[in-house]
Amino acid sequence: MSLRETVFAEIAAIAAEQEKAMPPITDELVMLDTEFDSLCFALLVARMEDLTGADPFSEMDASDLPVTVGDLVALYDRAATRQAA
Amino acid sequence: MILRERLLAAGGLDGLFLSDHRTKKDLAGIVSGEREPAATAALAGRRVLLAVGGQMAAARAMIALDGLAARLALVPPKLAPEHIARIASDAEAEICVTDAGGPAPDTLAGLPCISVDDASRAAAETPRETEWALATSGTTGAPKLVAHTLEGLTGGINKAAAPEPGTVWSTFYDIRRYGGLQVFLRAMLGPSSLVLSDAGEPVRDYLIRVGAAGVTHILGTPSHWRLALMSAALDRLAPRYVRLSGEIADQNILDALRAAFPESRIAHAYASTEGGVGFTVEDGQEGFPASLIGTRAGIEITVREDSLFVRSPRTGRRYLGATSEALIAEDGFIDTGDLVERRGERYHFLGRRSGVINVGGAKVQPEEVETVINVFPGVSMSRVRARPNPILGAVVEAEVVLRADAGEDRIAIKKAIIAHCRPRLAGHKVPASVTFVDALPITSGGKLVRRGA
Repeated sequence: MSLRETVFAEIAAIAAEQEKAMPPITDELVMLDTEFDSLCFALLVARMEDLTGADPFSEMDASDLPVTVGDLVALYDRAATRQAA
Repeated sequence: MILRERLLAAGGLDGLFLSDHRTKKDLAGIVSGEREPAATAALAGRRVLLAVGGQMAAARAMIALDGLAARLALVPPKLAPEHIARIASDAEAEICVTDAGGPAPDTLAGLPCISVDDASRAAAETPRETEWALATSGTTGAPKLVAHTLEGLTGGINKAAAPEPGTVWSTFYDIRRYGGLQVFLRAMLGPSSLVLSDAGEPVRDYLIRVGAAGVTHILGTPSHWRLALMSAALDRLAPRYVRLSGEIADQNILDALRAAFPESRIAHAYASTEGGVGFTVEDGQEGFPASLIGTRAGIEITVREDSLFVRSPRTGRRYLGATSEALIAEDGFIDTGDLVERRGERYHFLGRRSGVINVGGAKVQPEEVETVINVFPGVSMSRVRARPNPILGAVVEAEVVLRADAGEDRIAIKKAIIAHCRPRLAGHKVPASVTFVDALPITSGGKLVRRGA
């Protein structure tokens, strides 16, 4: 599964578990415009760390905060590249 | 009341014994053995640190020193050297009773020592009241020393009733901890026989020994009992009375013990080093009836800001040593730091106020989550703690020990545990992650080690 597919799958899984109604997940989707709340987000970050070993949020500044799902995928992509380097 | 005088006056010591993993001694011999004036002179009126290796030595010394020493400070087992030094200093110890299994001499910073064999031959001609000092269980940080009187320590024990014939006590706990000391004192005030545990002894060996000695009354923490329930040697045990204390007794462990010992009285006691024995519940249900709140013989219990407060002669008198902290508030109450929640006519324990996990400002008691996880089929025990999280500060993380029959598919079990928690807990209390471990560390006091709690 690609990183993008993993992020999409986890967002969908967490939303389902937390009983949040989500629009179709796309790169352009702005996460905070949906019911995906801070707890969902916290769970997503924890699970992505479990899956990839990376926690890009702990080492970035607020200006880099991902707005869209695509931003989030890119963030994990960069972290994966750094890990590989 | 002086322990040795009481034992001598009680009579009927014939056939009673004190045993550990090495030896079995006649109680009569310990109480009325040979006396040595030099030992008496060395210890009379002194503040004494009791720092021996095993519990047999501790028991002999406690019987000899109550009524003789001005203060008797009990050093619990497996304590770090710096904590032993701190206890010696807080107790203002003048002499140390020790043995080969005790702390290294350099730990004690020049304190004069007397061997436990010599100390056991001391006896007061004119007994005095000895102040007892017990270390808090110190699951977090350095232990504090709490001063008690023997009257207070035995305040929860029915001293008028003769023990049931054939009573033999035992405790998974060390008798130098509050819970274990209660069992030691119950046995001595009975009087009845007592089987001592040993820190290095496998649970299986202890259970076999306890069974062979015909133990009828036995105390352990819920964590001790969970271990025992996983042991094939559990069937050696046929207790009349099973007591739990020291941790929250959840419904799961109470039900499991009921199933294992259908004929036994099963009691969970609420007690702490600071607050003494609060109450004992025997209805097989977790928590305690709301009717216990209020004033009863010898004890007052109240709830303030979700925390249990007790006022009674059984509580500790004060902290010893260089602490600015007052044990007892001006109105005489002790804040136990134990959080409770009323549900209908029953109060349930939520855990220690200090163990709170903060998930984005919402509080989570680890024990509340553990209680839910522990009832999931196949789960033996669990530990819940904070996992740092960049979004909410922390999320809930659970470490789970599975029983051998739990099944192989770990990913499916993990999902099932989280799914099990979801309808039973608020969203922020549901574990964000579950990891499986072979075992969880338990302190020498029998409690789960809560790192960073």
